[in-house]
Amino acid sequence: MAVTALSSTEQYNFDIVKKFSIMTMVWGVIAMTAGVYIASELAWPFLNFDIPYITFGRLRPVHTTSAIFGFGGSALFATSYYIVQRTCQSRLFSDGMASFTFWGWQAIVVLADISYMLGHTQSREYAEMEWPIDILIEIVWVTYLAVFVGTIMRRKQPHIYVANWFFLSFILATALLHTFNNLAVPVSLFSMKSYSLFSGVQDAMTEWWYGHNAVGFFLTAAFLGMMYYFVPKQAGRPIYSYRLSIVHFWALSFLYMWVGAHHLHWTALPDWTSTLAATFSIMLLLPSWGGMINGIMTLSGAWDKLRTDPIMRFLIVALSFYGMATFEGPLLALKDVNALSHYTDWTVGHVHSGTLGWVSMITFGSMYHMIPKLWDTKIWSQKLVGIHFWFASIGVLLYITAMWISGILQGLMWRAFDQYGNLQYSFVESVAAMHPFYAMRAIGGMFFLTGMVMMFVNVAMTIRQARGEAAELEAKMSAKMVKSGMAGA
Amino acid sequence: MFNFKHEWIETNVGLLLVLVMLAISIGGLVEIAPLFLIKNTVEKVDGVRPYTPLELRGRDIYQREGCYLCHSQMIRPFRDEALRYGHYSLAAESEYDHPFQWGSKRTGPDLARVGKKYSNEWQVAHLTSPRSMVPESVMPNFPWLEKNELNISDIKERMEALRKVGVPYSLTKSEYQANVKQFGAATAEMLSIPDARKNLIAQAESGNYDGDPSRITEMDALVAYLQVLGTMVDFSKYDDDAFVKYR
Repeated sequence: MAVTALSSTEQYNFDIVKKFSIMTMVWGVIAMTAGVYIASELAWPFLNFDIPYITFGRLRPVHTTSAIFGFGGSALFATSYYIVQRTCQSRLFSDGMASFTFWGWQAIVVLADISYMLGHTQSREYAEMEWPIDILIEIVWVTYLAVFVGTIMRRKQPHIYVANWFFLSFILATALLHTFNNLAVPVSLFSMKSYSLFSGVQDAMTEWWYGHNAVGFFLTAAFLGMMYYFVPKQAGRPIYSYRLSIVHFWALSFLYMWVGAHHLHWTALPDWTSTLAATFSIMLLLPSWGGMINGIMTLSGAWDKLRTDPIMRFLIVALSFYGMATFEGPLLALKDVNALSHYTDWTVGHVHSGTLGWVSMITFGSMYHMIPKLWDTKIWSQKLVGIHFWFASIGVLLYITAMWISGILQGLMWRAFDQYGNLQYSFVESVAAMHPFYAMRAIGGMFFLTGMVMMFVNVAMTIRQARGEAAELEAKMSAKMVKSGMAGA
Repeated sequence: MFNFKHEWIETNVGLLLVLVMLAISIGGLVEIAPLFLIKNTVEKVDGVRPYTPLELRGRDIYQREGCYLCHSQMIRPFRDEALRYGHYSLAAESEYDHPFQWGSKRTGPDLARVGKKYSNEWQVAHLTSPRSMVPESVMPNFPWLEKNELNISDIKERMEALRKVGVPYSLTKSEYQANVKQFGAATAEMLSIPDARKNLIAQAESGNYDGDPSRITEMDALVAYLQVLGTMVDFSKYDDDAFVKYR
């Protein structure tokens, strides 16, 4: 056992995977803490404390950036570097470049968070980083592409495994989106401030083409790559349908890029664009469910694992939320539904059933599978994994239920008329009606955060335990060598 | 006939990269490029002009504080929104907005036509302490806006950057003349980059948005910006269905 572990650490660069895994835990705690805090600010506004740096408007991008790019991004770097090495049976193309992507990426998220709190923002949702950080992202991302493709080119297998297709699609799409959405002219070389190249309607379209595909590729395609490796591994069975994976990969990559404009229904964007986006949004249901079915059906014949294996539970519940969120998405993209849901908390709830239910759950499952393997030990507490699962599940259910109710309530209150044809409610009455649901959402977030902290502790203890085991093994080995008279030889 | 096998793509990373790039490029091309080419995308209306230097600085602060995260600036063509906020927003009304501020969430009300709806005094009191004006509000207090002196040191550089992305702020005599023709002399004066500092100070002093004439604060700028939102187009000059054909 020790011998194989040694050879696999020589064969593969697991050091970089470990670093990114640890930062996944760190960013998870930071991002979810920020999330709970801003959710609480909406329920109890005194929490803004008249401190500019922590008001809702400046802290919200800290939450989204830490969650998407810190937590999600680190998880994707970790798992993609792990998967590409295992499935190509070759070491990463360049340790130096991989290390650069680690330090570069962490610097990006830290700088972005600090700059938002200081008030530097492009005010483009999920792309708030100002121009110097955008340039750094571009450089790190191209390096990532080079490391990934370089590793694939060194593969010892003729075939490129399906998970790697998804990662490639995600890396290319992110590069494309990031580049075009962040075209801007800085005020000067020494100013953080810039103005976007496009304006008004064209700018809105570019931003939501980016915004929705940040979801489509960063938070979906890439995490499907994760799913395609860890679900079959944990289940100990091959992927359900190879043919389905081909069809849904190409359909997903092609269709996603058309749907961003459904964020702009009924706006000053021309009708043809938003109708086209709505149509493609409905079509997108098919490849999305193709992926979900392929993942869940991989477990067929091994369903009993759900009873005993908490990691399997994370993975399968993640896929169920993926299926639910990708059903809700096309629904919200219908113009009539969108007329009610747009601008309300329903959208926020929808995003979180994706990010908490799908992205986080699949990450938790994958990390619980991978981390003991990386450190060549067992998870410190299997029981705590099970408890984490329930905290996470209760948290996400509280969250999305609160947002469904508040979102639909808001939408209905805004459009309600009294018997004389006047608006029935003033805007602020709808704000007041949200309060209990904002409190409920914050509590849901606290549950989810508590689970995340449990995982952080569990992983930290696992690493500590692994170090102890390694020291013990070394002591035994040297004792043996002394006994057999090999010491000093 | 040649017999296609997906295996070709799976065993050739170059081919995989090219085909993925193709698959992900088409949607954006089809939906974004025509918006720059089809003339009807942005209507022709009278009145829309770039922001004055003071309004521009106010807009920068609006972005800095993340107002767009809770307030939209895009009224949809529905009966309830017409009653609550006014005429639906036109594409032309944000043609000088780099970047757009349409928003995606209404934790607070839409602000596309908030200009002139409330007095300057109300805006200042509300921004400083929202719950003193609207008890149920969940908006943060922004007491520092009134205290912070407005930084106007790089106002020209800001306008020059915007000029580079297509906003008709004028640097030369001929650009100025073109603005006189398009917007009238008074507005053209405000869009002149060489006079930016002077114009900013003059507007802040005559407008006295924050109620304190002795200094120019961030509050002056932000209120000046809020007070111009949605007021540029005079809809009484147009028929009710004048803009329907653009939708």
